[in-house]
Amino acid sequence: MEKNNPVVADLGNIGRVYKMGTTEVRALDGIDVSFKAGEYWAIMGSSGSGKSTLLNILGCIDRPTFGNYVVNGYNVNDLNDDELSQLRGRELGFIFQSFNLIPQLNMLENILVPVFYQDNPRPDAEERAYMLAERLGLADRLDHRPVELSGGQQQRVAIARALINDPPILLADEATGNLDTQTTGEILELFDELHEEGKTILLVTHEAEVGAHAERVMWLRDGKVDRVVENHTVEAGS
Amino acid sequence: MSGILARTVQLGVKSLLLHKLRSLLTTLGVLFGVSSVIAMLAIGEGASAEAQEQIKQLGSQNVILRSVKPPEDVNSNQTTRLIEYGLTHNDFSRVTKTYPWVENAVPVRILQQEVRYDAKAMRPRVMATEANYQQATGRMMHEGRFLTAADDFNVSNVCVLGYEVARELLPLKSPLGQRIKIGTEYFTVVGTLLPRVPIGDDIPLPGADVTGEIFIPLTTGARWFGEMQVKQRAGSREMETVELHEIIVHVDKAENVERTAAACREMLRRNHDQDDYEVVVPLELLARAEETKRIFNIVLGSIAGISLLVGGIGIMNVMLATVTERTREIGVRRALGAKQHHIVFQFLVETVVLSVGGGLAGIILGLAIPIGVEHFADMRTIVEPSGPILAFGISVSIGLLFGLYPAWRAAQMDPVEALRHE
Repeated sequence: MEKNNPVVADLGNIGRVYKMGTTEVRALDGIDVSFKAGEYWAIMGSSGSGKSTLLNILGCIDRPTFGNYVVNGYNVNDLNDDELSQLRGRELGFIFQSFNLIPQLNMLENILVPVFYQDNPRPDAEERAYMLAERLGLADRLDHRPVELSGGQQQRVAIARALINDPPILLADEATGNLDTQTTGEILELFDELHEEGKTILLVTHEAEVGAHAERVMWLRDGKVDRVVENHTVEAGS
Repeated sequence: MSGILARTVQLGVKSLLLHKLRSLLTTLGVLFGVSSVIAMLAIGEGASAEAQEQIKQLGSQNVILRSVKPPEDVNSNQTTRLIEYGLTHNDFSRVTKTYPWVENAVPVRILQQEVRYDAKAMRPRVMATEANYQQATGRMMHEGRFLTAADDFNVSNVCVLGYEVARELLPLKSPLGQRIKIGTEYFTVVGTLLPRVPIGDDIPLPGADVTGEIFIPLTTGARWFGEMQVKQRAGSREMETVELHEIIVHVDKAENVERTAAACREMLRRNHDQDDYEVVVPLELLARAEETKRIFNIVLGSIAGISLLVGGIGIMNVMLATVTERTREIGVRRALGAKQHHIVFQFLVETVVLSVGGGLAGIILGLAIPIGVEHFADMRTIVEPSGPILAFGISVSIGLLFGLYPAWRAAQMDPVEALRHE
């Protein structure tokens, strides 16, 4: 349904090679994929298939050994560390398996962390934080520390944090891996909503039912794209 | 920018409060370093100021010749001994007549006599001397007058009381005109002196006795008390004859002090066949005191510097541990858009908060210690404003210096590795 949307993340022959002593490990070996705005992808594969490495490169916290990665028009290879950091905060929203909230900060402060690092922070960031908290059902928890919240609540805060700078792309790394079934369902519903609103969602998972929420599943194997499966049923059902 | 700084400081404080005990212990290093710098400087400054004041009281234009009892012959088992030693009247006239730059010289005899008024008795130093003693030593009158040449000429029974003696013997009324008994004789009080700063026992000085002094004319002293003093001991009697206990030589200019001292030493060496004198040069003492102060400051500075260094290393150690412990947080922050300098700044601010916290507490403690020392040890202390300022500056610098490496390490971390860190 978003076939004509612009490409927001374009991987051109991406490779990532680790040197282990004298041997080379090709974690990624020539990935060619384009993600268009508003698409919902799941990246799946067995462990060692390279899905985490791919997510690190997509998230710009790692650089490809070869190939070009273009995010929203910026070629990662042309950016220095500071520019890449800015890009991460502005264009990408990270959601981690273990939530990764900062323990000494309360919920509101955690949500606002990415704003703090932007060169030109949005002036309405605080209002937006309250709005997001309201939407995610966290409004009465904003002065709590992470340890005082349940896993599901922490992950909601992390999602609010990922959304605070309104990035076009959300990256989720096993975002439901530490949650029970019911909470997993709630979080996945939230992703569906965000997808409806036009966010590009790239989700790494090894759980088939999580992957089933996405429009497409990209299967990786030995650092290469094995196959891409379209989830017509889910798309139709949502 | 100030908003970012305020937020980073706030964040730093929060992070430090997460480990209250650890942060507290870390600041202790700086706290003790800084407070010891301030306290040591204050005590050292006070002690040297006191010593210098005492030496100045002796007069920087004076050379003091003093009789010293030669070492006793341990093997002597005589029950009655007669010892003769010390400066003589001949020495005195040689000093006054030989050197043109000697303005005047004051002979002093110190007598061991009991002093009484009514029922009160005490044993101050009875100093038999001449009128120009006051000028040479710069003592100030409290009331009345000092001894005069006429008193000496007339062999008058008059005396001038030191402040402590006046207060002790006649606490309630003016001593002027009162008659007090020295030994067996009555003396009329003609004046009292202002007190002088008590003189420490590290430098032996004339009139250093806290029990006080009484001044009488030299001639009067010779007339009533002679030159021989008898000391009774168990099974033995010792008689010693000293003509003069001290000669205060007052020269015209400070530049002439050194050569006068040298000349006096030479003159005394020729005329005395035993080592029964010493030459005290306040100016030399002053120079020595300055030198002592300098060495003292270097030693104190080194000790304080080392303790600050140890404090700094403690901070660095804790910050390195903190960085390792918060590796994941660093990874998260980097993933959320933090640049390397943001991370450096964050950890540097934490270190500076620690060291400044320690520094401020150290200044408070450092200012309290001298007050305590003054109160309990009865020592003078001087806190120069430069002390706390210096200490504060040092503690900030330590925070920056020792925080830089841990902060740099934190910023250099690979975000992927950092995120994987458990």
